[in-house]
Amino acid sequence: MFKSLKIRVAITLIVCLGALYFLIPTFISNIPSPWNQYLAKEKIHLGLDLQGGMHLVLEIDTDKALEAMMERTSNDLKESLMDNKVRFSNLGKAKGATISLELTDSASAGKTALEKVLSDKYPDLEIASTNPREGGELVTLKIKDKRAIDLKKLTVEHSLETIRTRVDQFGIAEPEIIPEGENRIIIQLPGIKDPERAKKLIGETALLEFKIVDEENSLDEALRGNIPEGDIIAYGMKGDIATGQRSQVSYLLKNKSLLTGASLETAKVQIADRFGDPTVSLKFNSQGSIDFERITGENVRKRLAIVLDGVVHSAPVIQDRISGGQAQITGTFTMDEARDLAIVLRAGALPAPVNILEERTVGPSLGSDSIRQGIIATLIGTLFFIIFMIIYYRFAGSVADVALIINIVLVLGVLAAFRATLTLPGIAGLLLTVGVAVDANILIFERIREELRTGKTIRLSLETGYNRAFMTIIDTHITGIVAAVFLIMFGTGPIKGFAVTTIIGLLASLFTAVFFTRVIFDYVVWNFNIKKLSI
Amino acid sequence: MSMELIKPGIHLDFVGKMKYAITFSIILTIIAIASVIFHGGLNLGIDFAGGSIIQIKFQKDVSADQIRTALKSTKLENSTIQQFGEKEFLIRTHESFSDQKILATNLEQPLTTAFNKDYEIRRVEVVGSKVGMDFQRKALFAVVLSWIAMLIYITWRFEFRYALGGIIALVHDVLIITGTVSILNIEFTLSILAALFFIIGFSINDTIVVLDRVRENVKLNPKQKLGDIINMSVNQTLSRTILTSLTVFLTVLALYIFGGAVIHDFAFSLLVGVVFGTYSSVFISCPIVLLFENLQISKMKRKK
Repeated sequence: MFKSLKIRVAITLIVCLGALYFLIPTFISNIPSPWNQYLAKEKIHLGLDLQGGMHLVLEIDTDKALEAMMERTSNDLKESLMDNKVRFSNLGKAKGATISLELTDSASAGKTALEKVLSDKYPDLEIASTNPREGGELVTLKIKDKRAIDLKKLTVEHSLETIRTRVDQFGIAEPEIIPEGENRIIIQLPGIKDPERAKKLIGETALLEFKIVDEENSLDEALRGNIPEGDIIAYGMKGDIATGQRSQVSYLLKNKSLLTGASLETAKVQIADRFGDPTVSLKFNSQGSIDFERITGENVRKRLAIVLDGVVHSAPVIQDRISGGQAQITGTFTMDEARDLAIVLRAGALPAPVNILEERTVGPSLGSDSIRQGIIATLIGTLFFIIFMIIYYRFAGSVADVALIINIVLVLGVLAAFRATLTLPGIAGLLLTVGVAVDANILIFERIREELRTGKTIRLSLETGYNRAFMTIIDTHITGIVAAVFLIMFGTGPIKGFAVTTIIGLLASLFTAVFFTRVIFDYVVWNFNIKKLSI
Repeated sequence: MSMELIKPGIHLDFVGKMKYAITFSIILTIIAIASVIFHGGLNLGIDFAGGSIIQIKFQKDVSADQIRTALKSTKLENSTIQQFGEKEFLIRTHESFSDQKILATNLEQPLTTAFNKDYEIRRVEVVGSKVGMDFQRKALFAVVLSWIAMLIYITWRFEFRYALGGIIALVHDVLIITGTVSILNIEFTLSILAALFFIIGFSINDTIVVLDRVRENVKLNPKQKLGDIINMSVNQTLSRTILTSLTVFLTVLALYIFGGAVIHDFAFSLLVGVVFGTYSSVFISCPIVLLFENLQISKMKRKK
């Protein structure tokens, strides 16, 4: 390939130095200030099985997001239809993400009018089915399929963004938040101390709503099952400061939410003077402030319920019109709860509820235990191998040893450069490629020995030995790479982890076992007059 | 004088022993499959089947029975409790506890009652059964596709019968390791899967080296009988085969001895796999190449 020895030595040096450059941050954590800006920033990330921390797989319930959207749309649609004087009854969200309504105009006229409203104002909706009914027609509306797919995709993207913001604000070092498949998100939080709190922070929908308490109708009557039209029953917790006991309180609320968390500009924790309890103070954005002023103005003397994910946090009486766009959520929070609530409110609500599909927490002590034992075992294994090669192949063995060490450095360097995460399956891949690299050298050395036995000169034996073994080595390596590429294409998480290290390792092995060792041998044979090759 | 484990010019009759080897392998494979069937499938870990796993380290010596007694009449009553290293235990259930409160009432409270606070929960893993099934399906799919890819590549570089020999050899290795895991009732976890990947790579590498020599010798001696060529090739590569397998075996042995409880099963499967991976490249893939040759010859004879 490259005949000139100088060029080959230069290539070897460049590759090795490159790998070391990327490895420096992994091994030296505190690089003094003028130097750190010139060096690579990324270090090898250890998987949670090796390091400890938390691993979550979330599923975003995108169907729920569509249903919620249809719920909102059905309210808007009611008004649009009334504005356009289309006569209808029983309009409401039906099963799944559909809206059903009965048109009460003479059949064709009603339908034409509905279609016109849809095409003017609701281009995402289409008529799924129509059934003639006595005195009208039952119509089911649904979201257009293509649009539904887009909306689901948007929901996932939005959720990903929201979760990222929350985790960033929570202050976790080196979080990994990556989408997987259609509607899953993988979250890795290394070294986290309070997994339960993190889980709540991430998984909470955090939909903040302001609703008016219905005091015209009887709560007791509603609790018996007679809920007035347009109302809902919600529950809240009431803390008794004297006893510290929490009890459940029920509220009858007007279902329409007057304002949501989307109108917030910021949220922060404040300590209320009286009892020293933390509260979360809210500041609305400009439109939110205007709305809040109007809402409070229209509902003086009524109670405004602050509802988070369906739970009433407090329902203070509106004393007067509130301008300036400030509000407070009081409740019986601990400091941490208040802080987390402020974070989720700032980051915004998740557009859909999430389900936790998979959850792993590994304590930091266990992670470091497995690392320590793994490193010791690997060192003993490697040491054994190094000694064996020197005893068996003498000089050639020591060349193979250096090649092996460079191989490992190369793989780790590439892993660091690509910010890959090293896990147990990854180590299996590393181990495999080390085995294959060793095999390549043994293969070459045995060939050279065979050639030497036939009485060829050292130079010729080296040449033929390397050439003969080369095709075999190429075939073994490429077969491995081909298989690993398929594992990356069709496998998930840990399978990919194995395949990635295997591919990097096999490429490194081709370089070290074939190219690098040859450079050393050629250098020695061309520069020193050797009578007998120590192999 | 350089060191030689295998003297050059060694000539062992491998081809003559292949009959016995094939019989041996068929029996082993049947035992492996029978064991999996007998156990009602593999003892799948939570990564594949879903469920929860909790690892607890105690400060004092306790027994699995004491823990079981402590967990009586909780939701963890029917869980598997297994010692895992010194003073450490694994508690495994098929249920997925995603709620910390359930865990607290069913584990922490009873344990604290029984052992005070002298324990540390070091690991909690919960996998939903849907995720487990998904992973199972994807893993199987990816592995089979990677086999087909190798089959195609080796067919292109060598011949179909060589490729078939190599793939059957590695399927044989995978079956035997899976069987061993099943017979010893080791949980089939992610680390066992990782070990299988290692073995697949190791086995195919070994097979290609041997078959490459066969191919080379066929070119050099086109008139010689294939059986003799295979024998010659296996003997020529024997030194390399033994050396490579021995070094890898001993390195993995170091992992097995010093690696600790976490990689114990992983290292064990690797040990078994290295032995069979080496064995299969000589005694499985070579006979298959030979078998195809014989089939072709008999076909040609019939045509005449």
